[in-house]
Amino acid sequence: MKESQTPVVEVIGLKTYFRSSSGVARAVDGVSFGIRKGSTFALVGESGCGKSVTALSIIGLIDRHSGWIEGGKVRLGNEELTSLDESTMRQVRGMRVSMIFQEPMTSLNPVICVGEQVAEGIRLHQKASKQDARVITVAMLSRVGFDEPERIYRAYPHTLSGGQRQRVMIAMAVACKPELLIADEPTTALDVTIQEGIVRLIKEMQSETSMAVLLITHNMALVYKNADEVGVMYAGKIVEAGSVKTLFSKPLHPYTIKLLRSMPVAGQRTHALDAIRGSVPDAASYPSGCRFSGRCPREMAGCAQKEPELVLRGQEHGHPVACHLYDAPFMASRSARLVASAEGVPAPLDKTHNERPVLLEVRNLKTWYPIRRGLFKRVVGHVKAVDGISLSIRKGMTLALVGESGCGKSTAGKSIIRLITPDAGEVLYMGKDLCAMKEGELRPLRRRMQMIFQDPYSSLDPRRTIMNTVGEGLEILYPEMSRRSRIAKTASVLERVGLGYDALNRYPHEFSGGQRQRIGIARALAVEPEFIVCDEAVSALDVSVQAQILNLLKSIQLDMGIAMLFITHDLGVVEYMADEVAVMYDGKIVEHGNVEEIFARPRHEYTKKLLAAVPRIDSALIESLKLPVVPAAWP
Amino acid sequence: MLTYIIRRLLYAIPIILGVNMLTAALFFQINTPDDMARRMLGEKNVTVDAIENWKREHGYDRPAFVNTGASGTAMFTQTVFFQKSAPLLWFDFGRSDRNNINIGLEIRNRMWPSLAVSIPIFMAGLIVEIFIAMMLAYWRGSVLDLAVVVLSVVMMSVSTLFYIIAGQFMLGKVFKLFPISGYDTGIYSFKFLVLPVVIGVISSMGVGVRFYRTVFLEEMGRDYIRTARAKGLSEGTVLFKHGLRNAMIPVLTNVVVSIPFLFYGSLLMETFFAIPGLGSFTIDAIQSQDFAVVRSMVYLGSILYIVGLILTDISYTLFDPRIRLG
Repeated sequence: MKESQTPVVEVIGLKTYFRSSSGVARAVDGVSFGIRKGSTFALVGESGCGKSVTALSIIGLIDRHSGWIEGGKVRLGNEELTSLDESTMRQVRGMRVSMIFQEPMTSLNPVICVGEQVAEGIRLHQKASKQDARVITVAMLSRVGFDEPERIYRAYPHTLSGGQRQRVMIAMAVACKPELLIADEPTTALDVTIQEGIVRLIKEMQSETSMAVLLITHNMALVYKNADEVGVMYAGKIVEAGSVKTLFSKPLHPYTIKLLRSMPVAGQRTHALDAIRGSVPDAASYPSGCRFSGRCPREMAGCAQKEPELVLRGQEHGHPVACHLYDAPFMASRSARLVASAEGVPAPLDKTHNERPVLLEVRNLKTWYPIRRGLFKRVVGHVKAVDGISLSIRKGMTLALVGESGCGKSTAGKSIIRLITPDAGEVLYMGKDLCAMKEGELRPLRRRMQMIFQDPYSSLDPRRTIMNTVGEGLEILYPEMSRRSRIAKTASVLERVGLGYDALNRYPHEFSGGQRQRIGIARALAVEPEFIVCDEAVSALDVSVQAQILNLLKSIQLDMGIAMLFITHDLGVVEYMADEVAVMYDGKIVEHGNVEEIFARPRHEYTKKLLAAVPRIDSALIESLKLPVVPAAWP
Repeated sequence: MLTYIIRRLLYAIPIILGVNMLTAALFFQINTPDDMARRMLGEKNVTVDAIENWKREHGYDRPAFVNTGASGTAMFTQTVFFQKSAPLLWFDFGRSDRNNINIGLEIRNRMWPSLAVSIPIFMAGLIVEIFIAMMLAYWRGSVLDLAVVVLSVVMMSVSTLFYIIAGQFMLGKVFKLFPISGYDTGIYSFKFLVLPVVIGVISSMGVGVRFYRTVFLEEMGRDYIRTARAKGLSEGTVLFKHGLRNAMIPVLTNVVVSIPFLFYGSLLMETFFAIPGLGSFTIDAIQSQDFAVVRSMVYLGSILYIVGLILTDISYTLFDPRIRLG
C-alpha cells in the first residue's frame, strides 16, 4: 500500500490553544507527524488529549472565536495550510482534505435530502453542473454500498440508520477524491455489527484512491487491526509513535502500556484491571515536567521537573518515545529515583463458580409499546420491544445482557425492576412476582433493586448536592433513619466508591465523568441493594476510567454479594465482567449461558456475527505487556 | 394530516366551551345583570322597572348557568350562559348591550384598520429582526455583535409607551412628518399608518433580534454545520442554505401562532393612535362593561389561538421533513 516515502501531509510542531475560563488551554501543544500516500496514521488516546483538535486544526475548522493556531505548520503537498487565507482554505476543504465525524446522527443536515448534501460539494469543487453532480452523487452512493442510490438520494437523514448515514458521510467525504481523509471516531457511535462494514468501506476507498487516512480513535483494537502507523496522544502531545507492528508488540511509554493493559479482556477475569489512576489533566493546567507525572506508575524524582522530548531512542528501543525511562543520561543521573507509590499487583478477584441460589427469575416477559394511528388514535399494532424473554440471575453473580441498540435490552432492564410496567410475564424476585404487585407492595422491595445509568452527565440532578442525590434513596426507602445516620451512611458509601467526605456538599458539575459515575454507583449502593441493573454503566467512559469503574463494581460485588444485570454492547466488558451472558436480538433472547462457553462456541447466527465483528487484540499480547523496571533507588 | 386536523378541531370544542364558561363566570362574578343594566341606563335615578325592562330586552333575566325553575334540558338551555353563548358557535355575535349595534357587522368593518396596522408591523418586524439577527450570527463575537446586543437589551428595557409618546412628540409634533393620531379610509389611511408601524417595529425589535440571534447561534454550533464547513462551503452558504432552514423551525413556533392575531389588532397601538380597529373596540367594551362584545371578542380570540396552533403544526411539516402529522 505504501506508494511513496514522502508524506502527503506533514504536521510540524502544531500548537492549538483555546481561551477557557481557567486560562489558556493548550489543547494541542507541539504535535508532529506525517502520513504517506495510501497509508493510515492513527491518533489514539483518551478524550481530552487533543486528538480531535489536531484534526480540526489540519482542516482549518478551529472556532476562531475561542481558539487559534499558536504555532507550527501543516504541510499538504507544497502548500502550508495554516497560513492560507479563508477563501483559499475553503478550496482545500472537501477537495483535498475531507473529514468524517463521529456522530452520524447529527452530522447531516436534517432538512436537506442526503443526495443534495453530497452533490453540493461536487458542484462546488468539481464545477459540475446540477445534472452532472447528481449523476456523480448517485454513482458515489452506489459505490458506498447502497442498492437503491436513486431512492437514497432523495431520502432525508432521519429515514436512514446510523450505518447508512455514516456511508453517506463517507460518500460525501471521498466524492472529490481527497489526498487526506480525516476519520474522527468514525465507528464509535455505531453498533459493533455495523462498525466493521464502515471500516472496510474506508479501507476500500483508500485503496482505490490511495488517499492518506488520519484515523482518530480511542479504540486500541481498531488501530491494531486497521492502521499502519500510530501516535499515542496524551495531554496535547504525542508521547509515543511508531508503526503499529512495533508499537503494539513493544510499547515503551508507561501511558501506552497502561492504556493497553486497562482494556478488559477475558484473560484478566480473575484479576482487577490494571487501571490508570486519576484522569487526564485539564488543558489549562498541565503538571510541570512530564505531563503524565502524577498518574505514572514509574514516576521518578526528576519527571516532574524536566519535560521529556519525543525522540528516537537508538536501535535498542526502535521507535520515538517521550519518556525519561529511555533517556540514558537521565537514567544515569540522581533524578532516576522511583517516586510513584508502589502499585501492587492487581488484586485477584475470584468468584467461586459453585451453584448459588437464584435471586431473580424472569419468565416470558413482554413489554410492548402500542402504535396508535387514525382519528381516534386506535392501537393498530405494537413495537415488541421486549418480546417474551426468560432469564435467571444468581445471587452475587453477573449476567450480561448484550445486543445492538434498539434490540430492547434497556427496556428489558427497566421492565425487570418495574421502572416500566411490563405487559405480560413474570419477574420472580426470591419467589415473589414483581409484575403482580401494586406500587405500595413494591416499595419495600425497591431497597433491594437499584439501577446505574449510562450517562454520568445527565443522570445526576445538577441542582442537588451529592449528599442530597446519594442520600435521597435512604430518605425515601428508610424513612425511619435519622438525619445523622443518613449522613454517616452516605459518607461511608462515598468512601467505598473512592470519593472523599468533602464530596458531600458539592454539586455534580464539579466532578469528572468517572467521578460522576462513582457517585451514580454510590447512589445505588446507599440503600444496600441485593440486585443492581447497570445500563451501559461504563460505555461513556474512557478506557482507563472504565477500568477503574469496572474494578470498583467487581470488588463491590465480591464484598457485598450483589447480583448484577449488566446491560452493554461492549463484548470486552462482557468477557471481563460477566459470569453468564444473554444475547438479545429483536426483543428476544437468542442465546443464554456461561460466558466462556458462548464466546468460545457461539451457536446462534447473530452471536457469531456479533463476536466476529468486534476488532480485538489478542488477550495474550496484552497480558504479556510489562512496565519497564526502574533500577533500585539511589542511596 | 387531514385526520390530524379533524382531531385537533374536535379537541377545540371543549376548549372553546371552557373559555366561554370561564369568561361568563368571571364577568358575572364582578357584575350582576343588575349592575350592567344600571350602568347602561345611566347610574342615577334608575327605577327597578327600568332595570327589569332592560334585562328582559337584553336577555339577562334568566339565571346565569343553571335554571332551577325549569326541568329537563331547559334547566341548562334557559340560562343566560346558554342563550348568549350558543349562537357564538355559528358566529352569530348578536347585538351589543350598550348601544345595540350589530357586533358581527362591527367586527367585519373594524378588522380592516386592524389588519392595516398589524400586518405591516408583523412583516416589517420579522424581516428586519431576522436580517439583523443573521448579520450578527455571521459576524458573531465582533464589536458589531456586542454593540447590537447591548442596544437590543436597552431597547427591550424601554416601555412601549415611551416609544409611542416619544414618536408622536418627535415625528408628529416637532417635525410634523406624520399626523399624531387618527385614521382615514382607503388610500388616505397611509399617512396615518406610518407612525404606528414604525413605532410597532421599533418597540418589538430588541426582543426579536435577541431571540433570533440566539436561535441562529445555536443552530450554527450544530454538527451538521461543521460538516457543511468541512465540505468547503462559504460561510454565507452555510448560514443561508444550512442554518436558516433549520433555524426556521424554532422561529415558526414563535411566529405562526401569532399570525391569526394580526386580525385582532393591537390594543395599545389602536388606543393611542385612535385607529378604529378591533383592539380599540375590545378596550372600549371592557371599559363600558359591555358583556356582549367582550364575550364575542374572547370567543374570537380563543378560536384564533386554536387556528394559530394548528397552523404552527402544519407549518412544521413544510420545514421539517421529520415531522408527519397523523
